[in-house]
Amino acid sequence: MLHIKCPHCGMRSQNEFSYGGDASVKRPELNKEISDEEWDNFVYNRKSLRGKHLELWQHLFGCRQWIKVERDTATHEIFNTYKADEEIT
Amino acid sequence: MSQKFRLENGGLINRDKKLSFKFNGKTYYGYEGDTLASALIANGVHLIGRSFKYHRPRGFFGAGVDEPYAIVQLYRNNETEPNIKATEQELFEGLEAKSVNCWPSVNFDIGAINNFLKIFLPAGFYYKTFMWPKSFWYRVYEPFIRKAAGLGVASTKHDKERYEHKYEYCDLLIAGSGPSGLASAYAAAKNGARVILAEDKPRFGGSLLTSDVNIGNQSGEDWANSIISELKEMPNVVVKNRSQVFGYYDHNMLVMSEKVSDHLPKTKKHHPKQRLWYIRAKEVLISSGSIERPLVFGNNDTPGVMLSSAAKEYLKVYGVLVGKNPLVFTNNDSGYETAIEFKKNGVNPIILDSRVNPQSEIIDEAINLGIKIKFSHVVVAAQGYKKVSSADIAKISDDKKQLGTIENIKCDCICVSGFWTPTIHLASQSGNKTKFKEEIDAFVPGTSKQKETTLGAANGIFTLEETLKDSFIAGQDLSKKITNNDNKISFPNVVEKKSSQHDKFWCVPLPKGKSYKRFLDFQNDVAVSDIEIALKEGYRSIEHVKRYTTLGMATDQGKTSNLNGLQLVSDIENKVVPAVGHTTFRPPYTPISIGAIVGREVGKHSKPTRKSPMHSWHEKNNAVFVDAGVWLRPRYYKQGSETLFEASKREAKNVRTNVGVCDVTTLGKIDIKGPDAAELLNRVYTNAWLKLPVGKARYGVMLREDGIVMDDGTTTRISENHYHMTTTTAQAANVLSHLEYYLQLVWPELNVNVVSTTEQWAGAAIAGPKSRKLLEKLFPNNDVSNEGLPFMGYMESELFGVKARIFRISFSGELAYEVNVESDNGLFMWEKIIELGQELQVQPYGTEALSTLRIEMGHVAGSELDGRTISYDTSLEGLISKKKDFIGKRSLNREAFTSSDRQKIVGVVPLDKKTSIPEGSHLVKDAQAPLPNKKLGHISASCWSVEHDNPFSLAILKDGKNMIGEKLFVMSPLKNKVIPVEIVSSHYVDPKGERVRS
Repeated sequence: MLHIKCPHCGMRSQNEFSYGGDASVKRPELNKEISDEEWDNFVYNRKSLRGKHLELWQHLFGCRQWIKVERDTATHEIFNTYKADEEIT
Repeated sequence: MSQKFRLENGGLINRDKKLSFKFNGKTYYGYEGDTLASALIANGVHLIGRSFKYHRPRGFFGAGVDEPYAIVQLYRNNETEPNIKATEQELFEGLEAKSVNCWPSVNFDIGAINNFLKIFLPAGFYYKTFMWPKSFWYRVYEPFIRKAAGLGVASTKHDKERYEHKYEYCDLLIAGSGPSGLASAYAAAKNGARVILAEDKPRFGGSLLTSDVNIGNQSGEDWANSIISELKEMPNVVVKNRSQVFGYYDHNMLVMSEKVSDHLPKTKKHHPKQRLWYIRAKEVLISSGSIERPLVFGNNDTPGVMLSSAAKEYLKVYGVLVGKNPLVFTNNDSGYETAIEFKKNGVNPIILDSRVNPQSEIIDEAINLGIKIKFSHVVVAAQGYKKVSSADIAKISDDKKQLGTIENIKCDCICVSGFWTPTIHLASQSGNKTKFKEEIDAFVPGTSKQKETTLGAANGIFTLEETLKDSFIAGQDLSKKITNNDNKISFPNVVEKKSSQHDKFWCVPLPKGKSYKRFLDFQNDVAVSDIEIALKEGYRSIEHVKRYTTLGMATDQGKTSNLNGLQLVSDIENKVVPAVGHTTFRPPYTPISIGAIVGREVGKHSKPTRKSPMHSWHEKNNAVFVDAGVWLRPRYYKQGSETLFEASKREAKNVRTNVGVCDVTTLGKIDIKGPDAAELLNRVYTNAWLKLPVGKARYGVMLREDGIVMDDGTTTRISENHYHMTTTTAQAANVLSHLEYYLQLVWPELNVNVVSTTEQWAGAAIAGPKSRKLLEKLFPNNDVSNEGLPFMGYMESELFGVKARIFRISFSGELAYEVNVESDNGLFMWEKIIELGQELQVQPYGTEALSTLRIEMGHVAGSELDGRTISYDTSLEGLISKKKDFIGKRSLNREAFTSSDRQKIVGVVPLDKKTSIPEGSHLVKDAQAPLPNKKLGHISASCWSVEHDNPFSLAILKDGKNMIGEKLFVMSPLKNKVIPVEIVSSHYVDPKGERVRS
């Protein structure tokens, strides 16, 4: 069970969170003309990386905030966590 | 029956408390503090079971967790449990156990014929043999294997025992209470660290209980006892026996199984049987010790052949002799310690040492005691079937390849020692890449992966002094980092005997002309010859060899067999062991009962139960409940001897003719506030929301980004910047997360707050032609006329002094309202509705009638919005705005979504107007067509139309738009039904929707 640092609440066990997928995916703006390919990439296509991955989690049974977690998908090491609107450098 | 192998004195058992127990129906006696194994051996019982494949007789091989043989079926307090190790099960008064894997009895076992057919059961036998013919699998092979296989029988009864889960945090978790565990725990505890010390056995002390050492002028055992009593008194220390740390998971979380009551005849009141601890530790100290390795020789699985450390433990802990004429076969000094213990207790052992001329303090002591020692000698084969009766021994050449003349000597047990294997399971589970340590011919942990440190024998350190020193320092240093305390403790003086180097020899060659089975894996009957076959057949990876031969795959997970297997593979392949590598260690280290894993989450506790504030009224009025997600909802209210069908028909009919009331508290409710609330709704729903006036409700459909319908419901504008959203019962939680996702991550610029208010409001749907009359009675001061409160209107009012919200919305298709009051007033509201509705013939209706009403009206619900349908499929495309963008809109022009023969919702009526149509049935054109018959659609929901008094179903049908009037067939292979049907409009009742507006 992972131990995730919620940037709002502190260290919590994985069972308080739900996984939300790749955090680097950006939703296309509303009312913007985009190609089928771009839309497909947004809705379906994910890289399934091995290694460092920026992902979304929601602190569902806690503060209910969506957060970003930088995690190694192979070793499960968590390098850092960020608030939803935090700049990631 | 006397305990003729019990010593007069000695051991750590309580001789004042005699216990009776039964094994295979026969009564025996033991003492408090015995294990089932030690008590049986004390009674001279050595035959305990039969092996898995060949049904060879099985005795005892170890004295603890590593035991591969002595697995029994346990009977305790009218329950039974399989896969219990007799070496771990503590004796209690009235214990009953039976042998497994034998029929009709352990003494006369028919399956033992496999032993004589063993030439036909080599490695991979099952893979090779049962492949063909295919039809034989179910009829012949499987029943045969089922009968022959298995290590006991699982109980089919409900387990009444209680199992608990516990979550704990600590600074240091220490697994194992041997010398390294005790020393590190003591040092860390003195530094103020929060320590959990776990020991899987009932007694603390590990190897100190059996070794002849002296620490700080005390015996090892006394030192262990004094440290433990001191630790127990410290408030920052938790000391747990009978507790096995069996799994090392991510981020330093370990799981420990505590056997709270398994050693008692009956679990005490309010106690659990077992407790599973989830421990998040800052640092983990693995002091799990080591397990003695067997030596491999002919018939080395005969009862009476056992680990020399086990023989010593039976002697020193239980006061039991495993034999009165023992042979000790060793490649290192450990065998001598066992022999010395025998000698001290008046038994004359013979030592066979494979080494040429070893010298050490221990060997000198054995010589001085007059023990007979034969150097450069090995056991070639054990003789005897159900018990060792003699051993064929021989001199072995210095290169270990040639055997001298074979001589047979009488003995009643053979105690073997092939040196020690560190227990590296936990370290390996943590992700630690292990390394091979040449001096000890075994793997030890490499660089720490998580926050784990391995100490003592588990780390390949076999001298007490070094172990204690390392452990004191580790405990002190690690705790200092956490607590910043630096309390030095003095290091005790250690006296131990020095050992000499072990012999790198482990497998006795076969004598010429003999084909003895030399076993590696004792539980799965994997012999040297099986590994040889696997390698000859081309298996190379140790992982493949393991699976093909089943080496190390039994319930003991190869604790005694893995390393010898690796040695053999490396010898044959002419590789060094590290190049062969070892198989992956995975949790659990020992078998864990399913009950412990499930914990308290059984039956009603497997999920929370949510009840509406009106639940007690429903109960009193004969409601039959149904699970709706985690909610309990009335399915129908039973009158007299009514069936579900009759009751739901009555309730639905009453809604269509009079007025009904339904508890709709379970609907998801989300409060939405903020200046951008309308904009959020406009992006979330497919229809337009910017112009909804205050005091009006609107029906909306929301999509996922892939265009599939996610949920539907009404949202009401309460005031300028305040909306009340309803969701379906099932999707309530998902919709809230969905809104939070977009607000927090995608459109953080929107100034909106959302919060779940599902539990704050109790809801009642009042539906039927007389519902307005009922509303007039409930709210005499409000104008609830069609003008005062039109369809999709909203009003705030008071229900006899209670704050209420009135929505004019309808799911039943009738003139209907939903009244919400604060949850605490729910029952009051409900009772008022029932009371004032008496003269209007009001009746409560449950989910079954609710379904009937919506199905015949063609209103979609979860069975149509099933995660596969788009708005068009469910005839909700009219709600798609062309002017604005919204979540999922871009997906709607996907080719499949716009295809001209796209599936669509239709109504289905059986031609005979009688036969009910099973939900989930398929619609086909030709009922006689050969299989696979092409499916045109499926029945999503079925009811008995109370309006038309015949069965009616909804279906999602390919090209449904153009299928109205077609005759098709409904096929349900599950129910073996073929029903000719006609396709009709999904709006079977009031197609123009006039009633809701009346």
